Amino acid sequence: MVKLVPKVRLKGLTLAGTIMVLFTVFLAVLAPILTPYDPTKSVDLSLQPPSWKHPFGTNKVGQDMWSRTVYGARTILAVVFLSTIVSIMIGVPLGLISGYVGGILDRVLAMIMDAMYAFPGLILAIAIAAAMGPGIINTAVSIAIVYVPTYFRMVRGQTLSIKEQLYVEAARAIGAKPLTILTRYVFPNVVSVIAVVFTLSVADVVLTEAALSFFGLSVPAPTPDWGFDLKAGHPYLLSGYWWLITFPGLMIMILAVGFTFIGEGVAEYLGAREVKI
Amino acid sequence: MAKIFSETGMASLKTFIIARVLALIPTMLILVTLVFFVMRVLPGDPVIAIVGMRAPAERVIELKKKLGLLDEAGNPVPLPIQYLNYLSRLVRGDFGRSLIWGKRPVLVEIMEHFPATVELAIAGFIVSIILGLVLGSLGGWMGGKTSSAVKTYGAITYALFIPWIGMLFQLFFAVWLGVLPVAGRIDTGLEPPTITGLYLIDSVITGRWDSFMSALRHIMLPAITLGLVISGVFTRVTRTSVEEVMRQDFVVAARARGIPEHKILIHVLKNSFVPILTMMGLQLALLMTGAVLTETTFSWPGMGTFLLERIQYRDYTTVQGTVVFFAIIVSLVNLIVDICYAYIDPRIRY
Repeated sequence: MVKLVPKVRLKGLTLAGTIMVLFTVFLAVLAPILTPYDPTKSVDLSLQPPSWKHPFGTNKVGQDMWSRTVYGARTILAVVFLSTIVSIMIGVPLGLISGYVGGILDRVLAMIMDAMYAFPGLILAIAIAAAMGPGIINTAVSIAIVYVPTYFRMVRGQTLSIKEQLYVEAARAIGAKPLTILTRYVFPNVVSVIAVVFTLSVADVVLTEAALSFFGLSVPAPTPDWGFDLKAGHPYLLSGYWWLITFPGLMIMILAVGFTFIGEGVAEYLGAREVKI
Repeated sequence: MAKIFSETGMASLKTFIIARVLALIPTMLILVTLVFFVMRVLPGDPVIAIVGMRAPAERVIELKKKLGLLDEAGNPVPLPIQYLNYLSRLVRGDFGRSLIWGKRPVLVEIMEHFPATVELAIAGFIVSIILGLVLGSLGGWMGGKTSSAVKTYGAITYALFIPWIGMLFQLFFAVWLGVLPVAGRIDTGLEPPTITGLYLIDSVITGRWDSFMSALRHIMLPAITLGLVISGVFTRVTRTSVEEVMRQDFVVAARARGIPEHKILIHVLKNSFVPILTMMGLQLALLMTGAVLTETTFSWPGMGTFLLERIQYRDYTTVQGTVVFFAIIVSLVNLIVDICYAYIDPRIRY
């Protein structure tokens, strides 16, 4: 068990999850120190099995798989981080305004968001990413759009319940402007909800990014990206070149499962059995 | 309003169905609009992407006319008009034509690939239900360590990356053990005559057992991959449900009377079934996402592979049409599922 702040103890799965995520961050941050080769350059003969020189072997182009795997952490974490920020920057204000103002704006917006929410996220992300083209910003935006409804719904729900509170009514009574009420009274109470949505959906974001890069719709070619390496290594599976896909895929799983464990821990901590997003 | 309520005062099933069907229209409209504007408004000029930078002006104009960006006289069509044109064609069933190869109608090409996805989705769904029920019941029944293990299983499976799991299965069963095929839907030449488009069913109907065996062997790995990843939710719901039922008095009473365990288990299962049904309908989006990923991993010739192939070829009308098709299917299936729920559980009718 690890004691964080008082009363917050990490144990079991949540601890494991935190370790997994921190491990990935560690790889991303210390990438240049941890890797002897440039992941985008061809450094040796192609399709070498794992060895002392290349712990994860080399791929078809002769790139060192260990370096690509380590640097891949940067790519995926960057996209996940960026897309979450964009999702929050769009979804939260919309949720606040929609929930607080109500009326026809709220109904229309909620209907749009519900329609988007019911639609398979990956397919929407594919459509947007295909239209926008490759690149880290484009990918982050495509994924962000898919998760805006999730943040919107939670924030709107929370706003709806907060605005009935007595202190909000009191604020209105003393003449506070709606914007002031939103920023000073509603928003601080919504922050915890945002954190919950984040922990529960970030695993999904990781998998969506992996899927997009698997389809070649994420960052462009020489940039190390786990999903892309999976796709690139797939054709060689039949000939027994197992190391091309094993390690990138393993890292995707570690990151996604890590976030999932953290999310489960958070949900249990908050007392919710099944937190519905 | 009094007329449409039955004597008990509850809304009738008919009202519910009508209300849901009416609600379908704005939902589908929103999605179609979203797809339309995503494909048109986002940066990147698809026309240049298709014909290349050096194409002569006439080619560009010709393509723009075909895409509906320019009208017959060569004047640019305003975006709202493009949108209305698209909608009006859509309601008549015209999804446009492909921009590549034979320029065939998009809908026709979609329908050629649709049955494969349906077959895979159903197979994966069945696998996930079986896994979910078996493991969930075990976890709920045994409690303790088994329950925790099942809980962890549920958490992990949801976070698995389908292509990777699929590839591991391929590596293990197809490459190293060589017992199952690596990819594809059936051995060439063994396709059964098309009745439903689902190979497993068609081969049984027409008595082609060689086709059946081939189709079965090919669907095993993809179905298990997909089913495994989807099973997480069912496992958790079953486990929770079984645990709750187990705590009830009739279980204690039955045990006290000396009724054998397996008979009690059957009763417990019967009572825990309803929440599972509820979850089934909500998994459609996950199922479709999973199906797309599974298809590309196993070269399964369904909608997922089709969509991605057309993206590679920049066949924008087909890509747009396929995504719209997905939206329609999702809305329709959700509608049917909701109606089934309302039929089973009268409390949830409006």
